Amino acid sequence: MAEEVEKKTPGQVPDKPKPAGWYEGETMTRRAVFALGGQAFGAGAVTLVALPVVGFAVAPIFDRPEEIWEGVGTVDDFSPDTYRQAVKTEVPGVGDSGKTTVYIRQGNPDINPDESPDEYIAISSRCAHLGCPVRFFPSAGNFICPCHGGVYDFEGKVTGGPPVRPLDRFQTRVVGNTVEVGPRYSVTNSLKPVRARDPGEFTGGIWEYLYPPRPTTAAPPK
Amino acid sequence: MPKLIPQALRKPPKPGERRNGAGVNGDASARDVVLDKTKEGTIDVVGWVDERTGASPFLTGLLFRKVPKGTNWFYTLGSATLFAFAMQALTGVFLAMYYVPSTTEAYNSITHVTNDVFLGEFVRGLHKWGATLMIILIFLHMGRTFFFGAYKYPRELNWVIGVVLLILTLVMGLTGYLLPFDQRSYWATIVAMNITASGPVLGPYLADFLRAGAEFTETTLPRFYAVHMLLVPGAIIALIGAHLYLVVKLGTTAPPWQKVETQPKSLREEQVG
Repeated sequence: MAEEVEKKTPGQVPDKPKPAGWYEGETMTRRAVFALGGQAFGAGAVTLVALPVVGFAVAPIFDRPEEIWEGVGTVDDFSPDTYRQAVKTEVPGVGDSGKTTVYIRQGNPDINPDESPDEYIAISSRCAHLGCPVRFFPSAGNFICPCHGGVYDFEGKVTGGPPVRPLDRFQTRVVGNTVEVGPRYSVTNSLKPVRARDPGEFTGGIWEYLYPPRPTTAAPPK
Repeated sequence: MPKLIPQALRKPPKPGERRNGAGVNGDASARDVVLDKTKEGTIDVVGWVDERTGASPFLTGLLFRKVPKGTNWFYTLGSATLFAFAMQALTGVFLAMYYVPSTTEAYNSITHVTNDVFLGEFVRGLHKWGATLMIILIFLHMGRTFFFGAYKYPRELNWVIGVVLLILTLVMGLTGYLLPFDQRSYWATIVAMNITASGPVLGPYLADFLRAGAEFTETTLPRFYAVHMLLVPGAIIALIGAHLYLVVKLGTTAPPWQKVETQPKSLREEQVG
């Protein structure tokens, strides 16, 4: 039987000894099976280690931190005409670097008909350009960033400089007599709430797709 | 002087020249030959190692390789960068003995190194200024390679490896900058993360990956520390190995102003000129 095969392929060396385990009609040599098996075993072992390691490093992308609500004062502390400063802990356990300044006022229908006197507006001091801390100037009624000269109006909308969107806000609620400040959210140029974005990212329209919302941020209000 | 260099590392003799201190005519006294043989026998530690590793052909090939005419001081910039990296690695290892990668303790441990530890200010200063030095040197080395045309065939792959090394060096600069955890390093890192996040589509997720969440948390600093002292240095060492292998394998280039030795005039030149 084997001799017939050799006759059909004249180029083959006639008296080459067959490797161990050879049989008529085999498609893979024993050696190839072991080589492939060894490589597959090695690849499996590498995957078994690499996958958990990569997952371990990447997992925080999908991890949503617990919402922190913090009391910043009583309802009588805030006026609809100017902001009052408070300090909010955004990230616990990192000392002062986890704290941020919040500017809070009562809702004012004269400024924006969407606001009601029952709600409270909490504006983040994080500049929408590159994240420097902005400061509210009561005399001018606007927010100014010390780094690159970004200027925002009383509602936090951009009126000058490089910022790409209005100042971020924090969710607010009233529990009993206390005003509490919660998770951060970003707003579009028309002050529509969206999930929190990092500074430097546009919001609204096509930008919602170019800077997609991240699983690490809380859902926006309403 | 040549007697001080162990046999294994000595420059190989030219054809017709004899080893063991003998002159070309072989007129060395028998006493000298015996002395040299005794020195170079297996009691010689380097000889003992060489006999078992076969290192001397490799080392003579490495150390006595030919360099083109016109090789000058500009060709030392790569070695200078390598030296700067070695200094960063060495001082970094010793700084790691005192540094605490925690958001509440990092700054205190740095001030402890600077103010209390014996020579701590010096070692930290070496690491701090050495980082700047390394970045300056790596750019000068890149400029030398570019302006001398040393990136051309067959050295393109070495250029690519060099560019990756440049990027990794800049990553070292970025991640190391955060570690003192003072106001400047904190805000510089915040801005760097925000610039990362402003890249479309992938930027926000990349920034989340780098700081391990939507905000700068207590995980961010150890993450930067691990990247700074383990991940990137490992990659840099491996790539420097590949870079040097290719330098030795392919040799260096002559500077562009080096005249090629002209061949005799062609027939046409003789007829026309």
